[in-house]
Amino acid sequence: MSTITIREALNQAIREELARDESVFIMGEEVAAYDGAYKVTKGLLHEFGPKRVIDTPITELGFAGLGVGAAMVGLRPIVEFMTFNFSILATDQIINSAAKMLYMSGGQFKIPIVFRGPGGSAFQVSSQHSQALESWYAYFPGLKVVMPSTPADAKGLLKSAIRDDDPVIFIEQERMYGIKGEVPDDPDFTIPLGVADIKREGTDVTIVARSLMVPVALKAADELEKQGVSCEVIDPRTIRPLDIDTIVESVKKTNRVVLAEESHPICGVNAEISMQIMERAFDYLDAPIKRVSSADVPMPYAKNLEDLAVPDVNKIVAAVREVAYLD
Amino acid sequence: MSKQTAAPPSRAGAEEQSSTSVIDPPAEIDRQQLTRERDEAKKRQKDRFTGLNKEELINLYRQMLLIRRFEEKSAEAYVAGKIGGFCHLYIGQEAVAVGAISAIRKDDYVFASYREHGHALAKGMSARSIMAELFGKATGCSKGKGGSMHMFDKELGFLGGHAIVGGQIPLATGAAFASMYQGTDQVTLCFFGEAAVNQGAFHESLNMAQLWKIPCIYICENNQYGMGTSLERAMSLRDIAQKGCAYEVASEFVDGMDVLAVREAVMHAVERGRKESLPTLLEIRTYRFMGHSMSDPGKYRTRAEIEKYQERDPIKLFSASLLEQTIIDDKGLEEIDKKVREEVEDAFRFADESPLPDPEELYTDIYANPIDPSRDRNR
Repeated sequence: MSTITIREALNQAIREELARDESVFIMGEEVAAYDGAYKVTKGLLHEFGPKRVIDTPITELGFAGLGVGAAMVGLRPIVEFMTFNFSILATDQIINSAAKMLYMSGGQFKIPIVFRGPGGSAFQVSSQHSQALESWYAYFPGLKVVMPSTPADAKGLLKSAIRDDDPVIFIEQERMYGIKGEVPDDPDFTIPLGVADIKREGTDVTIVARSLMVPVALKAADELEKQGVSCEVIDPRTIRPLDIDTIVESVKKTNRVVLAEESHPICGVNAEISMQIMERAFDYLDAPIKRVSSADVPMPYAKNLEDLAVPDVNKIVAAVREVAYLD
Repeated sequence: MSKQTAAPPSRAGAEEQSSTSVIDPPAEIDRQQLTRERDEAKKRQKDRFTGLNKEELINLYRQMLLIRRFEEKSAEAYVAGKIGGFCHLYIGQEAVAVGAISAIRKDDYVFASYREHGHALAKGMSARSIMAELFGKATGCSKGKGGSMHMFDKELGFLGGHAIVGGQIPLATGAAFASMYQGTDQVTLCFFGEAAVNQGAFHESLNMAQLWKIPCIYICENNQYGMGTSLERAMSLRDIAQKGCAYEVASEFVDGMDVLAVREAVMHAVERGRKESLPTLLEIRTYRFMGHSMSDPGKYRTRAEIEKYQERDPIKLFSASLLEQTIIDDKGLEEIDKKVREEVEDAFRFADESPLPDPEELYTDIYANPIDPSRDRNR
């Protein structure tokens, strides 16, 4: 075990997979000579050279599509979006080409590609650089959507994503690159996609959280423990496919649920999780499900307004107390 | 400074470009003028016969005719309700797919738009598998899941059938990038209509292709209409070959009604791709005789304009040339037509009699590695 940051864990995953498989390459804006806008690809150009680590022009639709075309004929591209905000320009190629190619070709063309980069809220960069887009991508059959919350998950899930034969949307969190944690040293350490992780066991209320909301929910659980409420924190880690079984098992035990996410509330992933809990465990619920989401506004710049827009410990604590009928 | 300079747009077989301008569609037909133009085109085509043997020449004719008859049958099947959705026919443009694909190897890749039945046939896919796909049958090339706009054949290097205008251009660039990455000398042909040139995908791809020396051959089939919107109502600079200069991509203007002119231009581009790993942009001027799709009322162009181009029908031109050069006689042509019609009728029967996809197919081919969370949790 080594204690490293999420940034280093992602870097290790990419480095190990580049070394393991000649068909893997990484491309994106500033990934090579600049060492990555967020330094995730630091040192990779030096180690693997410009054939495998490729700086692109600012041309997101173009290089996303180029990656999909390369994947059609046997390469395994990792396409970095400097941030997922810019993936919006590439959605035609992600959705209409990557997600649907296998199906509309009757199973002939698999697309082993990873689209990765940071998403979610960032620090004071306003509306266009600070938003959660996972519900967009999770909507489409054919895509897999992964969001890690710890260094070990980041490494193990990214390695699985690169080895997977389907297009994977791998959304990191801009605020979390510096978070440290223990990561196994085994170069074959992977975490299977589609499997939730119970980040904290508890008995009274289930909190389902992903990405940045995981550390926030864990802090809220600490606070609630002092108030006599035992929370179970579940991190689905993969949004599509969703490990609903693990969530339902927890609900059957606690009978109360809070769903936390950085997305806007309307049509967010939590709306879907809530529906699936209702379908699978309605009779086990002792209170209506409560969700904590970002405010239904474009992200503001001013620090005080930004803090109000993003879910925090206090909001999760309040929601848990509400479903536990404590207030 | 610049690594290499793009060739200025040249004009393979395009000497009559001004006379095919659509800016001022003729209200009435000048028969004498049409005959003169056709004779000139035939003369130019004659000069291109060298280097091709009889068998190759006849095969080009056969392929064009197969596409023509296949599309006529598709129209018939569509009207009869056998084909659903959209159906974009290739009639009039046959020389482009046939001429271009005759210039590449079997292991080279081809990408096309949603008007791709002809390209699929030219790449060697069977009429049966394409017709069955149109019918939405299990025996179709995409198992009935793609339809008219999404024909694929991995074995034959036919990489689709893409239905978002311009969407195939970055994809083709990627396949050609992979050939370069893997160190093969394969090239990729990317077919698209002139309306796709206004999409960002076209410009982003050409920039990357020249920047990274990607052996992709961009074939703009300029049939002069994006659905019902004519070129001059949609494009500020209508000399599409000239747009290659913006990215230093070598480019050429080609007469798309002459199968041998297309073949010749693509052969040059293929050589550039294989030897220098460089892209090429070809603007191939052609014309679709039918509507944009089967539901096109056709009110945006005149009958006279259509007739003008029908006089330059690539199949009629080529058969006249073949007869004149005594490569084949009338009887030989009739024999080919008979065989092609039989092939198309057989494809129709095959498609008609084939089974529908099994309902279980609804949920297959979504993921190459499907995930069952309950299985993986216990790992």
